[in-house]
Amino acid sequence: MNTILIAVIVLGVIGLASALILFFASHKFAVHEDPRIAQVAEVLPQANCGGCGYPGCGGFAAACVNAADEGSLDGKLCPVGGQAVMEQVASVLGMQASSAAPKVAVVHCSGTCDARPHGVEFDGVHSCRIQNMTGMGETQCLYGCLGEGDCEHACLFGAIKVDPVTRIAQVDESKCTGCGVCAKTCPRGIIELRPLGPKGRRMAVLCNNKDKGALAVKECKNSCIGCGKCVKTCEKFEAITLDANLARIDPDKCRLCRKCEEACPRGAIHAFNFPPKKPSVPEGEKTTTETSNQE
Amino acid sequence: MNTFKIGGVHPAENKLSAGSPIREANLPKQAVFSMFQHIGAPAKPVVKKGDIVKVGTLLGEPGGFVSAPVYSSVSGKVSKVDVALDASDTRRMAVYVDVEGDEWEDTIDRSATLVRMDDRKDLDGKTIIEKIKQAGIVGMGGATFPCHVKLCPPPGSKAECVIINAVECEPYLTADHRLMLEHADEILVGVQLLMRAAGVDKGYIGIENNKPDAIALMKEKTASMANIQVVPLKVKYPQGGEKQLIDAVIGRQVPAPPALPISVGAVVQNVGTAYAVYQAVMKNKPLIDRVITVTGKSVQNPSNLLARLGTPFQQLIEECGGLPEDTGKIIGGGPMMGKALISLEVPMTKGSSGLLVMTEKEARRVKPDPCIRCAKCVNACPMGLEPYLLSVASGQHQWDVAEENDIVSCIECGSCAFTCPSHRPLLDLIRLGKTTVMGIIRGRAAANSQSKK
Repeated sequence: MNTILIAVIVLGVIGLASALILFFASHKFAVHEDPRIAQVAEVLPQANCGGCGYPGCGGFAAACVNAADEGSLDGKLCPVGGQAVMEQVASVLGMQASSAAPKVAVVHCSGTCDARPHGVEFDGVHSCRIQNMTGMGETQCLYGCLGEGDCEHACLFGAIKVDPVTRIAQVDESKCTGCGVCAKTCPRGIIELRPLGPKGRRMAVLCNNKDKGALAVKECKNSCIGCGKCVKTCEKFEAITLDANLARIDPDKCRLCRKCEEACPRGAIHAFNFPPKKPSVPEGEKTTTETSNQE
Repeated sequence: MNTFKIGGVHPAENKLSAGSPIREANLPKQAVFSMFQHIGAPAKPVVKKGDIVKVGTLLGEPGGFVSAPVYSSVSGKVSKVDVALDASDTRRMAVYVDVEGDEWEDTIDRSATLVRMDDRKDLDGKTIIEKIKQAGIVGMGGATFPCHVKLCPPPGSKAECVIINAVECEPYLTADHRLMLEHADEILVGVQLLMRAAGVDKGYIGIENNKPDAIALMKEKTASMANIQVVPLKVKYPQGGEKQLIDAVIGRQVPAPPALPISVGAVVQNVGTAYAVYQAVMKNKPLIDRVITVTGKSVQNPSNLLARLGTPFQQLIEECGGLPEDTGKIIGGGPMMGKALISLEVPMTKGSSGLLVMTEKEARRVKPDPCIRCAKCVNACPMGLEPYLLSVASGQHQWDVAEENDIVSCIECGSCAFTCPSHRPLLDLIRLGKTTVMGIIRGRAAANSQSKK
């Protein structure tokens, strides 16, 4: 009987002492975390893609809370959740969400198998980075899509895939969140994040070929040859610039008139998500856009 | 008999053209001179369209200290200065010359008389290095590192010996072998010039045991020269690697990068370089031609050609019987370290040691199987690395793991991929990792130097 009692007392005292140590330790070494961080993290998509530029959703939540304390959420955007999620974040923090244009990945290459024949076969490891290290790749073009799908493997949302027919990476706009992982992965740097545009309508030069015109013509049927016709067409808005034999459309200046698309002799300028052209309507449409622009 | 201590493999030798004497290739109709024929800064073109050039006229001046000038190997008219496809499978700046006749600069001594060291007692080290620099000589084994840079050791290090690399460990290639048999005297003068330039009195010539005729000839010629020693070496790939050769010949190990061979007192030069040095210093002839082995099991007439730089590969193959029908791959260089070409328009450069034609069956890679952890690659690696680990780290983009395991020490010899029973693409992945890790290290160094400022 005595032994049992001693055991109970000893264990009880040890337990009590340990509890006291833990109690004081938990107070002494307590790490204070802003409860808002957890709340913000809850409304984030938890994809941990890093597209926002912070290490995962937790890091972004902490950054948002810090920014809120400083007074503004400007420049903070979760590319996956987009504006809807940012509004939720703002309401959690009692702030106004800053408006940021949603972005989408655009692959600056239209060198399909027909336009840009694959003259040799790459027999090594199927990776764009490795193929790019060997030099030209399978086609004659030093700048275009290699089609081995490094971007496809990098995309966390299944939004970019290499088309087996054209052998060019294709972006699925409904899935693309604009996180930019593909743009960082592409060894040739042909993927760019561009503003989605009103109703998804936007213009882009789908070519990255910086060679001189005569060479670019030989390399690919759809290449930009730097002729400058689009630049002249766009004199009024100055949205198109020519650099290193390659035209570039500034999405902030572009008024979506589609004149450059018609002017391009190579078909390198592409209009996204415009309704199909009807024979008679385009003239009228164009004048309306023009007048509205002039206003 | 000596050889290097760690790793190594024994690929089939296939020295098909060993018995065929060097013959001069025809002049091309148009020669293309890449400004990127060496490691380091590219040369800057100094001619323009319409200029008349002769054999030995300067086309491009060096773009920095680690760089080399480029000379015309033909006479004619510059048709354009534009980008051209080169052996690295990219388009880079080059000078195109339409060939007319064969007129040489008057300064070049074209006679065959041998000029010995005794005839030119006035030459000192500095003059020789200056001549080498002006002649645009680079490492002729294929690495194309400018020759004069190796002869100017960085402060704090001192050269003790010159080692001549006459190993030619790449299968198929026989250019150096034939050069030794046919131009032994000139090569030996070149060796003496290199020794004087480096300020040393000891020279070694390392030759693999599979060239007994060259060893015998070199031994006979050097019998009267006490300071030059011919070292026969046991056949093992990659003995021609700089670090492996130093280990094999003088038994010293070069520390891991960024240490250079000079840190153990060795200056290694290729036997072809020694020949070019002789021509540059004694005959005033810049580097305008070289011996190239055109070979392959399906090639009708495997040969060693003395061809002018800038000659398109297409022409060289035609001179050896034309392109066989079942060609699967054409490799610039040897089968172990060479690079597949995407076009035969590519012109010959200073580093073109061979042109190898493989049949469709030989060229086709076998589908890789899973790694069975047999560690054959670890045994084969001449740098003592763990290729299976490095390739996995690269494949998973774990650059820190790759860096910790010394990926930058890899010499890209391909012994690991050659020996792998599962045919895993070890070298492809390691090369990717090495390039990336080197970029990371450079970035870090740049950031450090910036923060110090």
